[in-house]
Amino acid sequence: MAQHQVNYAASGGLPVALTTVDKLVNWGRTNSLWVLTYGLACCAIEMMASGASRYDFDRFGVIFRASPRQSDVMIVAGTLTKKHAEFIRRLYDQMAEPKWVISMGSCANTGGMFNTYATVQGVDRVIPVDIYLPGCAPRPETLQYAVLLLQKKLRKRSIFQKQKPKRLV
Amino acid sequence: MRPYKPKKNVQKQSYYNDRFWVAPRVPQEAVESDEIFAEDFKSLSKTRKVKEAYLERGQMVLIINAKDNVTILKHLKEKLGYDVLSEMSAIDYLAQDGEFEIFYQLLSMQKRRRVRVKCRIKENEAIQSVESLFRSADWSEREMYDMFGIKVNNHPYLKRILMPDDWVGHPLRKSYPLHGDEAAQWYEVDKIFGKEYRDIIGPEQRDAAYISTTDTCNFARIKHEVPRCADPNSEPERIEKFNDDAPLVETFDLTKSKIVDRTR
Amino acid sequence: MQQRNRLEPYFENLVFERDDNTMVINFGPQHPSAHGQLRLILEMDGEQVKKAVPDIGYLHRGMEKMGENMIYNEFLPTTDRMDYIAATSNNYAFALAVERLLGIEDKVPRRAKVIRMMLLELNRIISHLFWLATHALDVGAMSVFLYCFREREYAMDLMEDYCGARLTHSAVRIGGVPLDLPEGWLDHLNWFLSKLPEQIELYEGLLTKNRIWRMRLENVGVVPPEMAKSWACSGIMLRGSGIEYDIRKEEPYELYDEVDFDIPVTDRCDSYGRYLLYMEEMRQSIRILQQLIPMYKETEPYLMAHAPEYISAPKEDIMTQNYSLMQHFVLVTQGMRPPVGEVYVPTESPKGELGFFIRSEGEPYPYRLKIRAPSFWHTGILQDLLPGHYLADVVTIIGSTNIVFGEIDR
Repeated sequence: MAQHQVNYAASGGLPVALTTVDKLVNWGRTNSLWVLTYGLACCAIEMMASGASRYDFDRFGVIFRASPRQSDVMIVAGTLTKKHAEFIRRLYDQMAEPKWVISMGSCANTGGMFNTYATVQGVDRVIPVDIYLPGCAPRPETLQYAVLLLQKKLRKRSIFQKQKPKRLV
Repeated sequence: MRPYKPKKNVQKQSYYNDRFWVAPRVPQEAVESDEIFAEDFKSLSKTRKVKEAYLERGQMVLIINAKDNVTILKHLKEKLGYDVLSEMSAIDYLAQDGEFEIFYQLLSMQKRRRVRVKCRIKENEAIQSVESLFRSADWSEREMYDMFGIKVNNHPYLKRILMPDDWVGHPLRKSYPLHGDEAAQWYEVDKIFGKEYRDIIGPEQRDAAYISTTDTCNFARIKHEVPRCADPNSEPERIEKFNDDAPLVETFDLTKSKIVDRTR
Repeated sequence: MQQRNRLEPYFENLVFERDDNTMVINFGPQHPSAHGQLRLILEMDGEQVKKAVPDIGYLHRGMEKMGENMIYNEFLPTTDRMDYIAATSNNYAFALAVERLLGIEDKVPRRAKVIRMMLLELNRIISHLFWLATHALDVGAMSVFLYCFREREYAMDLMEDYCGARLTHSAVRIGGVPLDLPEGWLDHLNWFLSKLPEQIELYEGLLTKNRIWRMRLENVGVVPPEMAKSWACSGIMLRGSGIEYDIRKEEPYELYDEVDFDIPVTDRCDSYGRYLLYMEEMRQSIRILQQLIPMYKETEPYLMAHAPEYISAPKEDIMTQNYSLMQHFVLVTQGMRPPVGEVYVPTESPKGELGFFIRSEGEPYPYRLKIRAPSFWHTGILQDLLPGHYLADVVTIIGSTNIVFGEIDR
């Protein structure tokens, strides 16, 4: 039994925090975005650099996972070729909902400089993309900014809302 | 006014053509100007006929008959010490002569010399594999088959290497368009979604300078964003504002809250 | 709207469980330690690999076809994306091939040569650090990854100061270099070179005598010298098998015959030997860079070759002299027209022998451009190298071949 009672209301602060479920869940979600490393080409090196010493992606709660089952975001880093296209769709389908896609670099956005027979002209022909990240190759800071933008996008979202089916181009 | 010319293939069209321009040639020297090469050439010409031989930028070039390729490479490897096949591929001369030119780039590490052996075959002919001499020819010949469609006899595993197995055409032939034929352009859509989804996904947009203000599916106009694929003249979409600075946890404010009397 | 997708199981033609006690394992094309998009189909007997079939082409972007449709200067930035870990070495290999085709190799000013060599050696250090980082990460040493990336970032800063890009440099032009070294760059380089040796000692302290590291690397991936020659291996894969052949020494280009450096060779033939070579090569690169700093100071400030047929005049002349302006205009809009002929030029990139074969028909675009990428054969060798090894060693062997998919598939 408590020996003495504290009047919380009088002493100005309950040990109670009030928030909405939306905010709480989104707080957790935005700060632990686990990323499926989809390193395809040059941008994968910058993606690694952003995970390594100087740029330290762990600060944002971004942890690289190699498995689609454990990840929320897919960072498509590099050129997607026609031969590879079916695998990216396969791995995207394996990711658990809700899932997001960041298309990193010009090649993933539009095919970029590789305007040839073997390159998919933008990964959005195959999977729906949430954030397009320009640059060839984008610097690690750009990738971090993209993740911050994605967090902002997630915070807008109500968790009870059903995710709208995403559309390809 | 100037007549309009289609600008489809701007990169291929040269802006200006000098009719009197005669391109110079990279100087070719006689084989005798280099001692080691001269000796090698003498030894080689005893075994099989060498059509032509010269030095080009410090490397010996030998032009041979296509059916002698294994014999000559064997002699070069075993007797003359050119034991590394550092590169081989083909050049497409189908439009000019109806032939492919195949080159083998050899290196001798003891002599520090490089030799290029070249031969020509017709379009529907096959060439003998040199895989038994050089293991590295295994993948090079597969690549050559993939890129040019040149058949290689006696190859252990002649299969496409860079392109997928169900690819149509051989990309490095001059007759193959840079942007791919129809099968190539729809390859990923056909494979993943099926042919009936071609209309939904639409053709590839390959013009880098393409901009359209009426196409709201692919372009957004800043300050006048309409919903995707809506009529471009419709009302702009109201962008939902989100207060990013709002704290996650609201502190309990005594003055604003009403204390319920629980004494009862 | 949601598309229905019709992807069927991919392995219709592969039997995974068979009666003869072997199992088929698919490795890649998206595997964290496959160094890109390598796909291996491994036939396993228990833990042992019986047969390995590497499948490449998942990054084939049609660079050779692109090269045939571009003027020479246009193609230069594309070469960045081949071996994207050491981009300048690709730029340089292409520039050198075109220069030799044009016959202006000797006209490149001395200062440009010194700057090119500095960039090449800096790229070698960057590439080797990156190799060590990823290789150690694959084998299981996470902290080495973080240490190596720290030093690599300093080297990247130097590259960034020079050309403005971190990864895709395009820092070499046909006929010279575009820019002189910025102010204070040499001091920065000096500082970096003075710091690096002790960091290399740190990595060696962490790895060389480490019991786990040695157990994972020693006698794993043994490449006998005959196999290395037969598979056209080059670079460290060749020197790790006891064959001393470095193109910088044997067929010197630029000023490599003027600087003093050693070619480390080992006849251990295994992954551990190759690891030792990588460490030693970094030290040799530091040595070359230290010799280059005084050489730079003695040179005249010319950056591009004087060959008005092929190379634009300096910007100052273009702005002041009519003929230079016209020449520049023609070269930019139409491109240079090299003589008819063909040339194959090998260079020693961090991965091995990187060569460009160019067939020119006297037109502004090459008739055929073949890129001889070292990693192509270093991947091919896997089908002979892997059988007999355990599954855990597969990752070590892939790491120790130092393959980069941008240049394998091109």
